Amino acid sequence: MKQFQYMRPTKQKAATDAVAKDPTALFIAGGTNLIDLMKREVMQPEKLVDINMLPLKKIEQRNGSVRIGALVSNSAVAEDRLIVEKFPLLSQALVSGASAQLRNMATVGGNMMQRTRCYYFYDTALPCNKREPGSGCGAIEGINDQHAIFGFSENCIAVNPSDMSVALAALDATVLLSGPKGERRIPFIDFHRLPGDQPEVDTNLMRGELIVAVDVPESPYAQNAHYLKVRERASFAFALVSVAAALDIQNNTIQSARLAMGGVAHKPWRLFDAEKALAGKPVSEESFWQAAEVAMRGAKAFEHNAFKLKLAPNSIVQALKTAAGIA
Amino acid sequence: MTKERMTQVKMGDPLSRVESLLKVTGGAKYAAEYNLPNEAIGVLATSTIARGRIKNIDTREAERAPGVVAVVTHENAPEIPGYSASVDNEGSRVYGQEFRLFFDGTIYHNYQPIALVIADTFARADQAATLLKVTYEEESHDTDVRNSLDKAFKPERHDDYSRGEAGAYKSAPVKIEQEYQTPIQVHNPMEPHVTTAVWEGDNKVTVYNKTQATKISQKEIAKSFELDEENVRAYSPFVGGAFGSSSRVWPQEMAAIMGAKVTGRPVQVVLKRNQVFNMVGYRPRSVQKFSIGATTDGTLTGITHDAYGSTSQYEQFTERLLDPTKTMYSCPNLDSRYKLVRLDMSTPCWTRGPGETSGSFALESAMDELAYALNMDPLALRLKNYAEKDPENDKPWSSNYLMECYEQGAERFGWSKRNPEPRSMREGDWLIGMGMASGIYKAARDRAVVRAKLSPDGSLLVQSAVADTGPGSATIFTQIAADVMGTAIENTRFEWGDSTLPYAPGQFGSHTTASVGSAVYEVCTALKQRLQQLATGTASAAMQQAGPDELVFENGTMGLKDRSASLSYGEILKQQNLPQLEVIKESEGGPLLDEYSSKSFCANFVEVRVHAATGEVRINKVVSAVDAGKIMNYKTAESQVYGSVVWGIGIALMEEGKIDHRFGRHVNNDLEKYHVPISADVPEVDVILINKPDPVVDPMGAKGIGEIPLIGFTAAVANAVYHATGKRIRELPITPAKLV
Ligand SMILES: Cc1cc2nc3c(=O)[nH]c(=O)nc-3n(C[C@H](O)[C@H](O)[C@H](O)COP(=O)(O)OP(=O)(O)OC[C@H]3O[C@@H](n4cnc5c(N)ncnc54)[C@H](O)[C@@H]3O)c2cc1C
Repeated sequence: MKQFQYMRPTKQKAATDAVAKDPTALFIAGGTNLIDLMKREVMQPEKLVDINMLPLKKIEQRNGSVRIGALVSNSAVAEDRLIVEKFPLLSQALVSGASAQLRNMATVGGNMMQRTRCYYFYDTALPCNKREPGSGCGAIEGINDQHAIFGFSENCIAVNPSDMSVALAALDATVLLSGPKGERRIPFIDFHRLPGDQPEVDTNLMRGELIVAVDVPESPYAQNAHYLKVRERASFAFALVSVAAALDIQNNTIQSARLAMGGVAHKPWRLFDAEKALAGKPVSEESFWQAAEVAMRGAKAFEHNAFKLKLAPNSIVQALKTAAGIA
Repeated sequence: MTKERMTQVKMGDPLSRVESLLKVTGGAKYAAEYNLPNEAIGVLATSTIARGRIKNIDTREAERAPGVVAVVTHENAPEIPGYSASVDNEGSRVYGQEFRLFFDGTIYHNYQPIALVIADTFARADQAATLLKVTYEEESHDTDVRNSLDKAFKPERHDDYSRGEAGAYKSAPVKIEQEYQTPIQVHNPMEPHVTTAVWEGDNKVTVYNKTQATKISQKEIAKSFELDEENVRAYSPFVGGAFGSSSRVWPQEMAAIMGAKVTGRPVQVVLKRNQVFNMVGYRPRSVQKFSIGATTDGTLTGITHDAYGSTSQYEQFTERLLDPTKTMYSCPNLDSRYKLVRLDMSTPCWTRGPGETSGSFALESAMDELAYALNMDPLALRLKNYAEKDPENDKPWSSNYLMECYEQGAERFGWSKRNPEPRSMREGDWLIGMGMASGIYKAARDRAVVRAKLSPDGSLLVQSAVADTGPGSATIFTQIAADVMGTAIENTRFEWGDSTLPYAPGQFGSHTTASVGSAVYEVCTALKQRLQQLATGTASAAMQQAGPDELVFENGTMGLKDRSASLSYGEILKQQNLPQLEVIKESEGGPLLDEYSSKSFCANFVEVRVHAATGEVRINKVVSAVDAGKIMNYKTAESQVYGSVVWGIGIALMEEGKIDHRFGRHVNNDLEKYHVPISADVPEVDVILINKPDPVVDPMGAKGIGEIPLIGFTAAVANAVYHATGKRIRELPITPAKLV
């Protein structure tokens, strides 16, 4: 690991200025992702700007939404009374991630910014366009069992590993950013990027910009929501495929649906067309299969991840059935 | 020291580990925790290619980095006399040329150490290691067993085995011909490999390492550096798991010793997790062609087993893939071959249940397939082919309670309620399946020496160089000594993990209790005889005449059975003015051992659930019935079964060292990506210990228990998955990707 400088500002401005001015500087929150990557020499910041002294640790009820500070720990969000009541999907997604110890350290902002778990990204001896632009994608013809079936490019087929982000994408959250040029808001689903020809850029965050909070709008989905995470061991593993499913059901008819997948793309994969296909349909396994079929349009597999073409639709149906209470 | 509480213990009692307090309070010191004065830290830089040569290694920037003391490479490494000596294949445990650290610029595998960067702190050494500039002359490599089966060869240290007619299964009315595969698995003990080395002068070195065999460490290091064995001390009382991976000397030991030589300071070297995957052993991948035939009533008529393993370019590592096939069932015709493929990888190493674990996956899966082909209950097929004596050599079993394992295991599990039809049991979205398998594992015994010292205060010290890497050997030896001598457990102390203590074999191969335990038993028996001889005075006359049956040794005293006379051990020593009474005893199995075949046995019963939509497999229930002879300590014995079951779940469902063969490099070499079971994967495990003494192996009646429950376990899971889903998975691990 490379040695680095460390600072712990108490003012937000000082933090964003420090990172804006120094292209080798990075924020550090819980450190559960960044430190690991530094140890593997995948990321080599020369300065760490520790943001833990900033006052971003609150969850507040606002008019029509709940605001979650960027430094609230993953476990605090998952256990929060408001969240459990209004957004069980988010709570479930968080609890399904990592381990209790990690969730205690990990923060909302850090979780959104966590980097891919692609094998090739993690090993500096192997090619990876995300780590080292121009070096090639090791996964495309390599071991790609964990990789994308949607939205990939010839430069990168990595997937975003976050569970929390899949739920937030489904719930139409908004991200609050603050940077040297002031504050701005972007829809959560526009926060992460597809790889295109710049796979080294994971998100639309600009240098020096800090995630301040996430706003989650009130919605009618609390009753019928389920986060399904599929993995070969019972816990403490990233998703092979995950599904965030939320339904507004009245008189056994789906009024509207929210659906997103994890483990299938470079960003949380919101399934707008499938949501549309569900709206107005009766609650039935058949409706869910139709939606799954729509959801899978355009999916394409590589040598080792073809199983996802079957696992993904199966998981969508399973998640919807569970959300609807007919599993 | 005589203490307040005086507890008499017997062999078999569920005593807690003697070192548990030290372990839970942080008092147990592991090899990286000695913090010797002036200690420097070495970090190994490793190769990024699988085969070729180092063209150039530029160390200048690293040498100039803050805190750096030295950078050792093949260009400046001190000469290791043993490296130029001719290859000693007689004395070495693996055939071939051992790996020679920093010997020349040849690269044999990825992650091969190419430099040791030594600095005053870990962070500085680690940073400086990033500053090395290395260029290679790369050669094409091969890391894929599958690619090279046609180049496989018969290893030097292996004889193919056959009995009866070869290929007899072919003419059987019912037969199975299949191929089974197991991937690379990595021991991944929690404590990575580590050594702290310190020289005293030029000829004497102390090595704080993690090892399963202080005596092997001592011998191998002495050989390499041409030192007298007594001038090499391997000290390793606490080991954070090893599972076979610390059964020989590895690069981190050699690097620390070399580094300490170069710098004149104590040097510590800890491997990083990714380095552990391809430097210090692993269970090699296996490809096994397995065929089995039977008559329509289920009588086995022929087995043909062709197994392929792999090894490095410089050594021939062999393991016992074929052993269960040879000995598990009565079958008149059997032919088997074992071949190795040379790969550009580091040498594999024994891994819990070495060979048998992979081999039994093929055998016990094929038995299940055969049972279905015969339309016969899988357990009934095994009962039908029960071997009354060892079919490999026709020797009688020294003891065999496999039938009891089957009966009690099946009963506890509820096997009779199983509907044999695949996919016939369901709970909601989960398909339920039940499977079983048998296991067999050698019950060996080796030479060991133990010293016992009795003090006038009545306390007993027993010493052996043996390691205790976690299974509880030290506890059992304390217990044997206390039981045989009749000393209170508080007055009995066992000392271990130090090569300066009397000789012990390595703690592997499930033979530690039989080997060292016997020596403890015998040294204490000899000590009692000495006490009887020494006792004088009026009270003792009768005791000296007494036959062994008339004397009792309990509560720290020797006395006549009828209680008419007794003397405490302390008094006997005081009578003779002895500051201490010391007895040393060498112990070895007698000729009887050769007349019998000694094995441990088990039957595993597993219930799984498989999610119908996602293919996720979870284990609902495990019953593991084990014949390991006399159980020396119920608590540690059960823990060994739990440990094996957890291993079995890992190997069956998730463990797999993945290599990108284009680069010859592991891609999932950390514990986030290489999965082992977590608590939620492990259901309640019902352990049945038959607990009947073996009359031959050792005086206690114990057989090994550390590996037997793992043998066949993965097949029990695969068989249960078949029963649940109707899908036969012949390549481990059994993941959702294969089932969805
Ligand atoms: C073994 C293991 C298993 C895991 N399993 C899962 C899992 O199953 N599911 C899952 O979702 N996650 C999992 N995780 C990942 C975990 O959720 C993340 O590591 C964690 O959420 C990161 O949060 P942090 O606060 O520690 O981030 P840090 O490591 O501190 O930071 C990560 C990145 O975010 C940036 N950053 C942090 N805060 C901000 C901010 N406010 N504004 C802008 N940038 C910021 C940092 O600069 C850095 O680049 C696992 C992690 C490990 C180590």
